[in-house]
Amino acid sequence: MKKITPNNESLLTSDSEFEKKDLGRRDFLKFAGASAASLAILGMASCKKDRDDDMDNGGKGMYFGSGDIAILNYAYALEQLEAAFYIQLVNNPYSGISDMEKAFFTDIRDHEIAHREFFKVALGAKAISSLEFNLSGINFSSRASVLATAKTFEDLGVSAYNGAGWLIKDPNYLLLAGKIVSVEARHAAWVRDMIDNGSFANQEVVDSNGLDLAKSPSVVLSAAAPFIKSKIDVKDLPTY
Amino acid sequence: MNLLNVFDQINAVDPEFSDRISPRREAIKNLASISGKVTLAAIPFFISDLFKKAYGATAPTDVNGVLNYALTLEYLEAEYYTMGVAKAGLIPLGRPLGAITTIRDHEVAHVNFLKQVLGNKAVPKPTFDFTAGGTFGNVFSNYDTFLAVAQAFEDTGVRAYKGQAGILLGNRVVLTAALQIHSVEARHASHIRQMRRARGGGAADQKPWITGSNDTGIGAVVDPIYAGENNITQAGVDITSLSGPMGKISTNTATQSFDEPLSAEAVLNIAGLFIKA
Repeated sequence: MKKITPNNESLLTSDSEFEKKDLGRRDFLKFAGASAASLAILGMASCKKDRDDDMDNGGKGMYFGSGDIAILNYAYALEQLEAAFYIQLVNNPYSGISDMEKAFFTDIRDHEIAHREFFKVALGAKAISSLEFNLSGINFSSRASVLATAKTFEDLGVSAYNGAGWLIKDPNYLLLAGKIVSVEARHAAWVRDMIDNGSFANQEVVDSNGLDLAKSPSVVLSAAAPFIKSKIDVKDLPTY
Repeated sequence: MNLLNVFDQINAVDPEFSDRISPRREAIKNLASISGKVTLAAIPFFISDLFKKAYGATAPTDVNGVLNYALTLEYLEAEYYTMGVAKAGLIPLGRPLGAITTIRDHEVAHVNFLKQVLGNKAVPKPTFDFTAGGTFGNVFSNYDTFLAVAQAFEDTGVRAYKGQAGILLGNRVVLTAALQIHSVEARHASHIRQMRRARGGGAADQKPWITGSNDTGIGAVVDPIYAGENNITQAGVDITSLSGPMGKISTNTATQSFDEPLSAEAVLNIAGLFIKA
């Protein structure tokens, strides 16, 4: 994508409004250190199990980049996770899956693949590699297990885009995030209704002001960490 | 369709409105007779033309403008669902009434939230005509019409918020809140689409996500709400050129995967059909 170029970084310094509201440089480094540390634990754990992991990158982990590029790689990582989950789901459908469920889960798989492939092409040389995931905790033969995981991933995806929006500097990338997040919300609502018709936007996800969840990148990555096998380096990923 | 009242209202808040579209001043005065001659389908485009002339350069440009724009849409939705829920016998008891009540509560909460944020800068609630001048004459007596208009409002809402996100760039509090409302509207849209699918008939193929331009089965009257949803190019990337699960990604998938924004002018034209004064 032509729009993803290093000159995005110049916006970092030109947006005084953002700087005012952003964490101070020192605080930011502190946060980045903390999130890197918590993810390093994951990295070490996967190293023990998988010493010859190709994703190791010399022990440093896959670098997401900084600024908007890092946020796009963060979205790319989440879309990779969702796509991997739905591919396995559609390839190994639980017994008794209805025609509608199969059709809509196939649609959702295709949407996540479209998102994943879009980010890969759009990021070009700045894209992280394909991540390895650990989905072994999901019982794909159980409708309840699959739907519960789908709900977790979709609600998490919505909260991730909602929470990262204000960190994005380029309005084109913000619009892209907006185009994707509402599709994730449509997924989330449908999956929730498959679990319990009418729970599409219940109090688990919508507060008394009628607002959906919004989570910072570090919170979202902590939630996703059990599923991510590859080591990742998000020290320069904007968060709060 | 009480267009003259819409223009009266605009003139009340924007006395220069008529001057800015002055070449068509006479047309506005004579709109009552004109509207009898043009087809219903043409009216949205006729109004669109007038709005573009008047507001082409003055759609929301600042944070409060966006918030008031959002508030107007939330007023519309909140009153719509409040009236629907209050109408005995319209919505089947049980899960349908439960779902619409949930949605009503969210829209009312959005109104209250936005009014609280705007304080004394909040615009007042317009007077609505949910029949859109008779186009949806049975909106509060026919459940299917009620759901169809609800879907139109929700899908419009999703597009409307997306279209204004750029103005809120970097604004931690307001952009985040707008995104949080935006995804709730998308959850609503998903559920309403499922409700319509369950009703069968012309809505039997409805999906929770939008396929192409105007997949609603409602007819051409809602075409402006879905205009551009058939876009398959994102940031210069043709989505149908990417690798899918089997061959390339299909056109349907490409359109479903990305919801498209709608300009403020287009949204105001749509909302304007339901605003009486």
